[in-house]
This record gives sequence, C-alpha cells and structure tokens, in this order.
Amino acid sequence: MIRHMPVAALLAAAFALPALAAEIAPAERKSDYEFMGPQTRAMQDDDTANPGMLGVLDGEALWNARVGATGKSCADCHGDARESMKGVAARYPAFDPALGRPIDLEERINQSRVEQQKAAPFRFESNELLGLTAYIALQSRGIPIDVSDERLKPFIEAGREIFNRRQGQINLSCAQCHNDNWGQKLAGAPIPQGHPNGYPVYRLEWQSLGSLQRRLRNCLSGLRAELYPFGSSENVDLELYLMSRAQGLKIEAPAVRP
Amino acid sequence: MTARTLINVPAKARRGEVIEIKTLIAHPMETGYRVGLGGELIPRNIITTFVCNYNGEEIFRADFARAIAANPYLTFFTTATASGTIAFQWTGDNGFSASEEAPITVE
Repeated sequence: MIRHMPVAALLAAAFALPALAAEIAPAERKSDYEFMGPQTRAMQDDDTANPGMLGVLDGEALWNARVGATGKSCADCHGDARESMKGVAARYPAFDPALGRPIDLEERINQSRVEQQKAAPFRFESNELLGLTAYIALQSRGIPIDVSDERLKPFIEAGREIFNRRQGQINLSCAQCHNDNWGQKLAGAPIPQGHPNGYPVYRLEWQSLGSLQRRLRNCLSGLRAELYPFGSSENVDLELYLMSRAQGLKIEAPAVRP
Repeated sequence: MTARTLINVPAKARRGEVIEIKTLIAHPMETGYRVGLGGELIPRNIITTFVCNYNGEEIFRADFARAIAANPYLTFFTTATASGTIAFQWTGDNGFSASEEAPITVE
C-alpha cells in the first residue's frame, strides 16, 4: 500500500504515478470528520457550539422572508423546509433539464430567487446565500449522498478528469493527495479524503461559513493553479464528481472543519 | 440590529449543582490591523465586554481583545442556586449591543 511507505519512497511514488490513480473503495470511504481532532469534532457535534448554526438561523429567517416583485417567500411555495427540503442537499448538484446541465444548490437557490421571487440573486459567498444553503442542507443531515441520476454521467466524468489532472506550478492533481495519500500528513495536518458531505462548512481558518466552490478554489490556490470562477462549469463538475465519489456518505452540514 | 446568538443553559438543575453555560454570538471581530483591497485600514470592530447576570447578580464577566476569533464562543460554569433568569449582555465597538436571556428551574 502506498499509504504505508516511508516518506522518500512515498514522494517518489507520488511523482511517478500515472495521472489516473486508484479511487477510494466504497468500504474505505470516510467523512473528513474522522480526520479531525476531538475538540473540532465536539464543536460540530453540539449545535450550540457549532458557529455554522448561526448561519442556519440567518437562513431560516430568509426562508420565511417575503421578497422580490412577487412578494413571495421560499416558504410560500415550499412550505416547511424541514419536510420539503429533506434529502435535497444529498442529491445536488442536480441535472436541470431546461439548462441541460447540472446546477449546484447555491445556483438552484438563486434560480428560484430570480425566476419565482423576481428578486436579485445573492452574491456567491454572501452571508445570505451561505445561510440559506446551510439551512436547506441541514434538513438532509444523516441522509446518504445520492447523485446516481443517469443524466449526470458525462458531467461526473468531466469532473473526474479535472480531479485527476495535474495542475498549477506545484503540478499536482487532487487525486495525488486525496486518493493516494489520505491519512498521511501535509505540513503536520492530516490529509482527508476530501468529501463534500458537510458543505457549507464553518471553517475555523476562515472564521466563517464557506461553500464547496470556495474550498475548491482554496485547494487550487494551494497548487498555484488558475482558480475556476464561481459558478463555472469546471467547479460544478468537480462538485458533482466529489459527490459521486462520496456516494453513500451521510450529509453532516453545516460541518465544522479546521 | 440584533446579532444572532446561540445559548445553552440547562433548563433544569438541582440546587447546588455545577452547571455549564455556553454562549455563541455572530460577530466579525475585525481586528483593526487588516487592510482592505484598496490598501485602506479596516477599522477595529470587536466585542469589548461580556457580562452574565443570574437573577440580577453578576456571576461572570469577560473583556474581549482583538485576537479573539470571529463569532466568539464562551463557556463557563456556575452553581445553580435558584430558579429564575440567566441574562447575557455583549457590548462592543460602534455601539454594538446584544442581550439574551435563558430561564432555569432549580429544584
């Protein structure tokens, strides 16, 4: 196993491996929660200690707020989110037939806002969009990820291609860390498998909630690669591939991450 | 403007029991040392004081400083003495003020 090799051999292996490395077997998949220290886990486990829940409170207020030219709230159409939004986050990004491509939960919220409420879309990474996404994602807690819709296949493949492609000045692919070397350390911090089951997450380093797209851009920046713009097809394909790669893992949003 | 808060006080306790109180409040805790995209200094905006009163009597107080992270989380202990109200008050820069209350029944 690559993961149990000494450092020198490991480095040699990491740089010699072909672009397409072995994926994590379903039985070995575990949430990034499992790689965190006990204090950070305790924070996530207690809803009165998890700062992500402050965003959820914002989201709940927005869910019930009447806005836009139509004066409708989310609740006016969708009713009680605890019922209507159950399981929704576990199957996003989802295929949008009208657009002919997948859209993530954030884009879906903004789509409703523009088309149904006739209101201005929220900015990416705004407190409003993160809060509403967190509130909706919370309703899927404990529900396993399922992005098995056949129409998503080509987009998952596109995401897989990006995941396995070496990028940036560091010339590394996502797979080289998160498939080949999960469980090892990078500058003292554990390398997790890189699953998307807790987003939006409250990241302690950010001192705020953040989306999966922000996290992806953060990793690309670490590779000194060009960042995909928010809402770009590359980002959504990557999100979708990560969801397919985490198929069956339970949603734990809003998670706390270090 | 009221800030979002999350308070965790046990609803019931035995007289003399040591109880844990947890508070979390949404606040940017801007240090005053950072610069914006245009190079201008972002002014300090922090919570400066937190006070907890138990039936009107002060049981805990904290002074906050710039190095405390955003959305500060505080946890502390007290002895359950009587039924009543535990009140929380945060004050800070730019006239920031937020207060919360939690009832407690002591048997």
